Amino acid sequence: MSEHAKVPADEEASEEESDESEQAPVTTGAQSVVRALENAGAEYIFGVQGGAIMPVYDALYDSDLNHVTMAHEQGASHAADAYGIVTGKPGVCFATSGPGATNLVTGIADANMDSDPMIALTGQVPTEFVGNDAFQETDTVGITQPVTKESYFAADSDTVGDNVGEAFALADAGRQGPTLVDLPKDITQGETDVEPSEPTTPDTYEVQEEADDAAVQEAAEALAAADRPVILSGGGVIKADASSALREFAMEYEIPVITTMPGIGSFPEDHELSLEWAGMHGTGYANMAISNTDCLLAIGTRFDDRLTGGVDSFAPDAEVIHVDIDPAEISKNIYADYPLIGDARKVLRQLFDAMPRVPDVDEWREQCQTWKDEYPMTYDTPDDEPLKPQYVVEKFSDMTPDDTIVCTGVGQHQMWASQFWEYTEPRTWVSSHGLGTMGYGVPAAIGAKLAAPDQEVVCFDGDGSFLMTVQGLSVAVREQLDITYVVLNNEAVGMVRQWQDGFYEGRRMASEYPWIPQFDKLAEAFGARGFRLEAQEDVEETIEAAREYDGPSVIDAHIDPGENVFPMVPSGGDNGRFALQEDHLEEL
Amino acid sequence: MTGGMPGPSPHDRMHPKGRRNKQGIRIDPEAEVTHEPRQAVLSALVKHKPGVLSEVSALFSRRQFNIESLTVGPTVDDDTARMTILIEEPEPGIDQAKKQLRKLVPVIEVTELDPTAVRRELALIKVGGEKPDDVNAVAEMYDGQAVDASTDSVTVEITGSKQKIDAAVEAFKQFDVQEVVRTGAAALERGPKTLEKHD
Repeated sequence: MSEHAKVPADEEASEEESDESEQAPVTTGAQSVVRALENAGAEYIFGVQGGAIMPVYDALYDSDLNHVTMAHEQGASHAADAYGIVTGKPGVCFATSGPGATNLVTGIADANMDSDPMIALTGQVPTEFVGNDAFQETDTVGITQPVTKESYFAADSDTVGDNVGEAFALADAGRQGPTLVDLPKDITQGETDVEPSEPTTPDTYEVQEEADDAAVQEAAEALAAADRPVILSGGGVIKADASSALREFAMEYEIPVITTMPGIGSFPEDHELSLEWAGMHGTGYANMAISNTDCLLAIGTRFDDRLTGGVDSFAPDAEVIHVDIDPAEISKNIYADYPLIGDARKVLRQLFDAMPRVPDVDEWREQCQTWKDEYPMTYDTPDDEPLKPQYVVEKFSDMTPDDTIVCTGVGQHQMWASQFWEYTEPRTWVSSHGLGTMGYGVPAAIGAKLAAPDQEVVCFDGDGSFLMTVQGLSVAVREQLDITYVVLNNEAVGMVRQWQDGFYEGRRMASEYPWIPQFDKLAEAFGARGFRLEAQEDVEETIEAAREYDGPSVIDAHIDPGENVFPMVPSGGDNGRFALQEDHLEEL
Repeated sequence: MTGGMPGPSPHDRMHPKGRRNKQGIRIDPEAEVTHEPRQAVLSALVKHKPGVLSEVSALFSRRQFNIESLTVGPTVDDDTARMTILIEEPEPGIDQAKKQLRKLVPVIEVTELDPTAVRRELALIKVGGEKPDDVNAVAEMYDGQAVDASTDSVTVEITGSKQKIDAAVEAFKQFDVQEVVRTGAAALERGPKTLEKHD
């Protein structure tokens, strides 16, 4: 990180005025870009230098913005994504043109699927070369348009700052998501004395914040009259900072709450109304409740197929009340009988006030409790050997404060981390849901730790997933980030292997990784602390040692390679027909 | 392989009676309804700037909406362009197409035109030049006219509904059709109603 000299502020002047007096007027497009980010309240930039983005980096030299050099652009976009999840404000990432920009794309697509606020700025070849297949040229706007809220091509040094401001504001507005501004080198190098204006969303972008009152009233009546109501809380509840409104609502009206996987943390999992999360690897009780409900209040969820299974069998008896800020999500996958378009926090308030009474659902809650007793989230520990991944997660959860942030890669370890950690707070679960990006964990933990330096950060990863972005460890070491990485190592891409065993007659093509490195030693090579964990009796001690180490540490936990993830709803299946063990899959 | 988790097996569980169709709509046991595809004419006002057409057409392609035709041209306002998009989809798909289209940042306004809206398509049909009088006679039957003629070919212009142009192309096949170019439909609502936004 470069050091920045700070001019002492004039004590007489107000803070705001002194800030303005410090700022030299912009002279180039690049300075205007940086000024726009400052105006928008950016704090960290995750990026990698390069030819076409160099003028912007040069302008950063004189700025107070913190730049974190990543080891790969994919890491830059994942770190920015995680920063956005934890803070609620757009994370910022930079890359140069061509390969720099294409390397960012995975992280942008990931943010797009999960509606995470993010702005990506990419260098581009000078305007006169655009379209000529110049060195390190790609059509970045064309490549990223399908995976952003909007991609901008900056065409003028005088307006480039406004492009960036607008992109930043748009990333944060309404349904959050990623935006991109492509910056040709001549535009950022070009002279300008135009200061960017305050970031505003484009005039064609309209967001409806409150739902129609009459519609809210109808939905409230339906919910109050239901015999078997359930609240389904999605990632949008966290994005809208509606977790406390949700808690109040559910507790006042005593309605059981299920979350989606991105909605983890929106409702405390230790509360008696919580059924935890539903979907392919969700709890048995959540899936039973969602299959049998007669009124589903779904908030901030897009009914992804990992949640619904086959749509024909999803909550088949339920009238659906769907709250979403994006009208295009209404009846996209599951038909909404009561669509309520608006901000989750505001609509929950409206619904709270409109409810005619507390629904009479004692029997239903008892039924849900019965399912909790019938399908407990446990695992088999015949002789505690070999090491069980669930045990590692559970133990770690017990040892850490409630606001500990859990990041993950993608695979079996991600499921165990979501099933066996107890989440009680929003913005403590940082994972790749919609895109399912292996390799998300290492850089995401970096973004999360910088976003919340006072909170403990742990990253559960798999050996396959960890290996995809392991170079990010060098960044964690350089920045001295206190992150504990736990690799649940089963020498395989375990989820693939599980599917091969379940659905491909055990033909384990390209899923076993007996050649992977020793991650504890690899960690040491990077300058982090490494631990090897093999026995259950060492779990507590190893976790404690890793937590105590002030800097990044890696626990290479060699787990039972035979352990698989259950419960499981087969792809496209019926949520009420989950498998609790291998041989159930054959019945389904 | 490990044992898994405790609990009743899949077939010993309470199970609901209801069902949804493939469009996620709850099926009324009395009347099972699946929406059949229908044709819809969408009219969209968009910002007149580079890349808008690709943004719109890419949206339709990645969402797998089947476009019958798409026309675009400037309006009286230099900053806006207007697109007429014909799609054939079941009801939920049409609704989704409108919402997704409205979500695009450069899109100002979207509406589905009434089935009675004025719809016109232009076709240029180049046929062999051996029988220019007969070609002219057929063109007149379709309110068309020859716009270019040489010793080897005659080019005829026809304007009208898609059905009329389909019929005309069919009729001209007797004269050895060499080339056809069609614009796709442009459409406007009848009466005083407009799509322009008034502040």
